[in-house]
Amino acid sequence: MALPVAFFGVFFAWPVVSIVDRGLRPAGAWDLGRVGATLSRPDILDVLGFTVWQALASTGLTLLVALPGAYVFARFDFPGKSVLRAVVTVPFVLPTVLVGTAFLALVGRNGLTDELWGLRLDTSVWAILLAHVFFNYAVVVRTVGGLWSQLDPRQEEAARVLGASRWTAWRTVTLPALAPAVAAAALMVFLFTFTSFGVVQILGGDAYTTLEAEIYRQTARLLDLQTAAVLTLVQFAAVGAILGVHAWTVRRRETALRLVAPESTARRPRGAGQWALLTGVLVSVALLILLPLGVLVERSFAGPDGYGLRYYRALGSLDEAGTFLVPPLEAIGNSLRYAVAATAIAVVIGGLAAAALTRRRAGRLVRGFDALLMLPLGVSAVTVGFGFLITLDEPPFDLRASWILVPLAQALVGVPFVVRTMLPVLRAVDERLREAAAVLGASPWRAWREVDLPLVRRALLIAAGFAFAVSLGEFGATVFIARPESPTLPVAVARLLGRPGELNYGQAMALSTILMVVCAVSLLLLERLRTDRTSGEF
Amino acid sequence: MSIKKAAATALVAALGVTSLAACGTDDARGAAGKTDQPAPKTVTLVSHDSFNASKEVLADFTKQTGFTVKVLKSGDAGEAVNKEILTKGSPQGDVFFGVDNTLLSRALDNGIFVPYEAKGLDRVPAAYQLDKEHRVTPIDSGDICVNYDKKYFADKKLAPPQTFDDLVKPAYKNLLVVENPELSSPGLGFLLGTAAKYGDEGWQDYWKKLKANGVKTVDSWELAYNQEFSGSAGGKQAKADRPLVVSYASSPPAEVLYGEPQPKVAPTGVSTGTCFRQIEFAGLLNGAKNPEGGKALIDFLISKKFQEDMPLQMFVNPVAKDAALPELFTKHGVVIDKPETMAPEKIAEKRDPWIQQWSSLVLK
Repeated sequence: MALPVAFFGVFFAWPVVSIVDRGLRPAGAWDLGRVGATLSRPDILDVLGFTVWQALASTGLTLLVALPGAYVFARFDFPGKSVLRAVVTVPFVLPTVLVGTAFLALVGRNGLTDELWGLRLDTSVWAILLAHVFFNYAVVVRTVGGLWSQLDPRQEEAARVLGASRWTAWRTVTLPALAPAVAAAALMVFLFTFTSFGVVQILGGDAYTTLEAEIYRQTARLLDLQTAAVLTLVQFAAVGAILGVHAWTVRRRETALRLVAPESTARRPRGAGQWALLTGVLVSVALLILLPLGVLVERSFAGPDGYGLRYYRALGSLDEAGTFLVPPLEAIGNSLRYAVAATAIAVVIGGLAAAALTRRRAGRLVRGFDALLMLPLGVSAVTVGFGFLITLDEPPFDLRASWILVPLAQALVGVPFVVRTMLPVLRAVDERLREAAAVLGASPWRAWREVDLPLVRRALLIAAGFAFAVSLGEFGATVFIARPESPTLPVAVARLLGRPGELNYGQAMALSTILMVVCAVSLLLLERLRTDRTSGEF
Repeated sequence: MSIKKAAATALVAALGVTSLAACGTDDARGAAGKTDQPAPKTVTLVSHDSFNASKEVLADFTKQTGFTVKVLKSGDAGEAVNKEILTKGSPQGDVFFGVDNTLLSRALDNGIFVPYEAKGLDRVPAAYQLDKEHRVTPIDSGDICVNYDKKYFADKKLAPPQTFDDLVKPAYKNLLVVENPELSSPGLGFLLGTAAKYGDEGWQDYWKKLKANGVKTVDSWELAYNQEFSGSAGGKQAKADRPLVVSYASSPPAEVLYGEPQPKVAPTGVSTGTCFRQIEFAGLLNGAKNPEGGKALIDFLISKKFQEDMPLQMFVNPVAKDAALPELFTKHGVVIDKPETMAPEKIAEKRDPWIQQWSSLVLK
């Protein structure tokens, strides 16, 4: 418990409080009159309204599209399932720069839909919503599907035997068990879309601004720390409220579940209805996820004179103009190194926090910490980044020029994932199993190892996979703490996109394709990991 | 790797992190706070994302002075300057490079630099030396101009526009894409160019005409140039349909250099009567940990060696009189004889109100 608290105190609370404090106390005196003045400005109110509206719409749409997907991934076996599961997670880690580019190529001017049906969606809300679904599909599939695949189908069968209709059985048995996971997923999607920045910047044009984008504008562009501080507080309050409600509903509904190994619940689809469902899900995945990714891949091979590997070859060499001090390919190594470090930090901090939160005797204080852990998702990266700048400048924390700051910042975003993914499963472990182990003479450590670990191992791996993926695609913090001698993949892509000339554009596409493959392979390896059953010896 | 091992490793890593943090990581100084410490061997240059220098040139500096350069890129130009203002007195490095004339007053008024007169400054024309106290030293200059797609105008048998006045003519309706001046430095440069040309009041009328003539606004240079401008490589792939874009006078040489295969002539041209002059400066940061290294680095930034390396690294023009331009620039670039200019004090005073007026005029 102490380690997560210290981590969050130093790397989150302190920087954020400092920067907000500087905004609200410019001359050492509180200037709270500004809060009201800022909040009554019509332009600020517009931003607030749009932020909430688009987040709600995006969340609804994502759940609508992704819940059938979660069911299919949890309950059906079909060829290529694990590859596809990794692929749907790839969007989640792509830098927003790229997603914007891909969506413009799809629904923008002369994009695919424009050529086929004369349909253009860029600078419309639809493009933003679609991109949000694209990004967050995996959140729902992995969080809900992860639990769904471990629910014992025999419970539902028992209800059927006792005379319940199929619908009643599902409603009274499966749905309550799934609810916390669905709520957790919905909450995460809402948080992400509520604080969406890159997508809105690229696809929204001048017409749409979210709170996050406005905070960035006020801080980085106008250096208007007062307005930024007020907006940060508003975002804080909103996110805090959402988290509070969420924590309350989850606690109300958590019941001890009987979890079984996921392999035993999935089977091949049977009957026309199930096949239709599977086909529907596969088609939606193809349209929503594979198509935008495919556009990027296509462009990485397409040169002025037909398809070829020219851009890929160029990546390995130093260009004479020296965009990088190292060949872009080395960025892959850098990205992986950062990601491993960030994952390790996130898993340790998140794991300890989740374990502390599941203890029965965890008091109100600890439960409050549960919500606090989620806050980094709802606080703008620019606020945290600027906070780092003004706080981490004195020994022992003079880290501004240190490489460790990158994985630390990335872990800040990764920890909530770890906690969210592990908590539902940890809380669902039947306490009596632990008690039985204790009665039989197991030490607490041994009881945890023999009882909890086998059940949560999968959640742990999924969580680690998420943390890893988040780190791979993370862009904001990495740019903030950019060390040109070791650019990460997303940073390298952004740099290439930021320079004129065909070769650079092509290389950016090629590097994005590599980034996608690296993500997919990492995630695939994680999928494989959990099927290595070396029984008894972890 | 077994899970137990993995958990142990992760724990060790995490503890390592905290202990690392606890001992501070200033690799240059080793143990912090010793009074008789030798001068640090690293000099840190804070800059914007566009900074580049070739390895050989930086190695040369180390050979000459014994200092190793560490570069920290800190966001785009505006963001990087704002970060320095925020961290005033406790800067991230020793020297800041990349404050231009549109941001200069804000930086100077906030006192983030200390005066230093660089060795060899006599080789830089006085016109570039905007701060008489030498708190900043001019390093490079560039011109923000409208670029045109040569092929488009040749196909249409239409002469490309050359001046600000041309851009509002009906012949060029719906052809121009510009960047939002609040979010992009070329966008701001173009706005200031129109204000310099048409006066403090007249520029608004000019923009009304531009708007009536179908000007399109996007947020960043990247989007404008690579997604909307039909003359660039990215734009061709994106099937962009705007043959006019606000970019730099040095963009055509860049199109040649990065062309695949390299074209004989640049595919884009520059409208020479639409330019605004940008000058970039470097300064010694207030509170620098290594002021000696910082001074040596500023001297080096205006040395012939660095000045001649710069054009192909950052696509800017040298300020030192004795620095020769590379062939790529002499062959495909244009020299802008009469760019629009504006005093930094005036920019500082007018910039924010102008941007607001521009937003309500053009975006609404």
